[in-house]
Amino acid sequence: MPTLNIQRRSATTTTPPQAREHVPPVAKLIDVSTCIGCKACQVACMEWNDLRAEVGHNVGVYDNPADLDDQTWTLMRFSEVEQNERLEWLIRKDGCMHCADPGCLKACPSPGAIIQYTNGIVDFQEDHCIGCGYCIQGCPFNIPRISKKDNKAYKCTLCSDRVAVGQEPACVKTCPTGAIQFGAKEDMQFYAAERVEDLKSRGYRNAGLYDPPGVGGTHVMYVLHHADQPELYHNLPKDPHISPTVELWKGWTKPWGLAGFGLIALGAFFHFLRRGRNVVEEGDEPAGTRTARHPQGGDSHEQA
Amino acid sequence: MNKPDHALERYNFSERANHWMVAILFVLAALSGLALFHPSLFWLGNLFGGGPWTRILHPFMGVLMFLFFLVLALRFWKHNGINRTDRQWLKQMSDVLANRDDKLPPVGRYNAGQKLLFWVMIVCMLTLLVTGILFWRPWFADSFPIGLVRFAALLHAFSAWVLIAGIMVHVYAAFWVKGTMGAMLSGKVSRAWARHHHNKWYREVTGDKRS
Repeated sequence: MPTLNIQRRSATTTTPPQAREHVPPVAKLIDVSTCIGCKACQVACMEWNDLRAEVGHNVGVYDNPADLDDQTWTLMRFSEVEQNERLEWLIRKDGCMHCADPGCLKACPSPGAIIQYTNGIVDFQEDHCIGCGYCIQGCPFNIPRISKKDNKAYKCTLCSDRVAVGQEPACVKTCPTGAIQFGAKEDMQFYAAERVEDLKSRGYRNAGLYDPPGVGGTHVMYVLHHADQPELYHNLPKDPHISPTVELWKGWTKPWGLAGFGLIALGAFFHFLRRGRNVVEEGDEPAGTRTARHPQGGDSHEQA
Repeated sequence: MNKPDHALERYNFSERANHWMVAILFVLAALSGLALFHPSLFWLGNLFGGGPWTRILHPFMGVLMFLFFLVLALRFWKHNGINRTDRQWLKQMSDVLANRDDKLPPVGRYNAGQKLLFWVMIVCMLTLLVTGILFWRPWFADSFPIGLVRFAALLHAFSAWVLIAGIMVHVYAAFWVKGTMGAMLSGKVSRAWARHHHNKWYREVTGDKRS
């Protein structure tokens, strides 16, 4: 996507170009209630992005690979929970949520290594990545993974390359049940409302849309049957926000820290200007007195 | 009464070498750390070969600095106990800053300001080492809970700030009090300097009973 479409840039204190303000924000809507856990989205992601995760081992659940990694940008998470005295098999497609207020971008120290496009997609630019892992500390959803091969951070791009040319992300394209939809965020919210209504009519009283305001809303949203308990879905956070520790670390400490250094340097210089150096003149000091002589102030008593 | 001012040895070669190894490593660790601390200083990373190299080298420079500092701290430990005279000295900070040295209580090998810096350095160095390991990638950070890693990064930045601020004061004080820089470069100080700034130490090393 052209740089004109970058609305936010990591480690950048000035405002990136804002001329394109009428780009509608996009969103991917994942309807957990119609997902069958076929993992076609995982395969499509691998195929489009040319990723090949190592073939893993069965860890007792259907999750495979067992976790996100540099080659696995989206992953089906299977949770077996009891709700209303029934076993429920909740399947959630995990991956980057593309926060409107991205913690990764806030934490990243490398200018331009993480960018946010005007349409809301948060994208890593691996050529600028220095491998510090601050994005991992910034992310409220535990998404970015650093490759053991190249020490760069990777995550879902929301197929920014496909979206840039008017196509939907690969996972959306491939989903056989239509559980993954993509479009303008407004349209997705409208569609989600219909889905929620349908779920409610079928007895899921707490059905709802997951678009957490703590991170300014997300550009990947979920329709959940139990929106009141997102934790059921493999610990989807109930009220995600950038950690206050990260906010403090990347917030006012940075400018004020630098200002502090400046003040110390300035203070030292003006102390020198006012008091001069503390000089003991060699040899001419009689033993038994400890009076200093100062080049600028003469006798120290005069400076009092 | 004046006699030729034979210099006194304040630091031997080994102590000076130790100090300057810490100093050099401090400068390297501080510059590379500042590159990651504030975007406006990211260019400092170019001194180390760019962002990734800065990220790779910084922790090693930090650990090396800590090791050399550890030796230095153990060497000077016994000289840095804070006593009642030191508290009095600190209370008279305005006299200190105004060069009214004659009003200050007599000072031993180190004055209270130097001692305070010594202890601040120890706390900062230990904190930097522990917190630094907690978010050192790619090796250690993954082994710790994310909340701890986040807190470590904040505390690391905070203690680095205190350390750098302390060293700025340390460097200025060494320039301000003439003859101090020489103590750490040539190892020698003049008798007059010693008598004036570290009277008790002067009497100890010379056996001179006069103050």
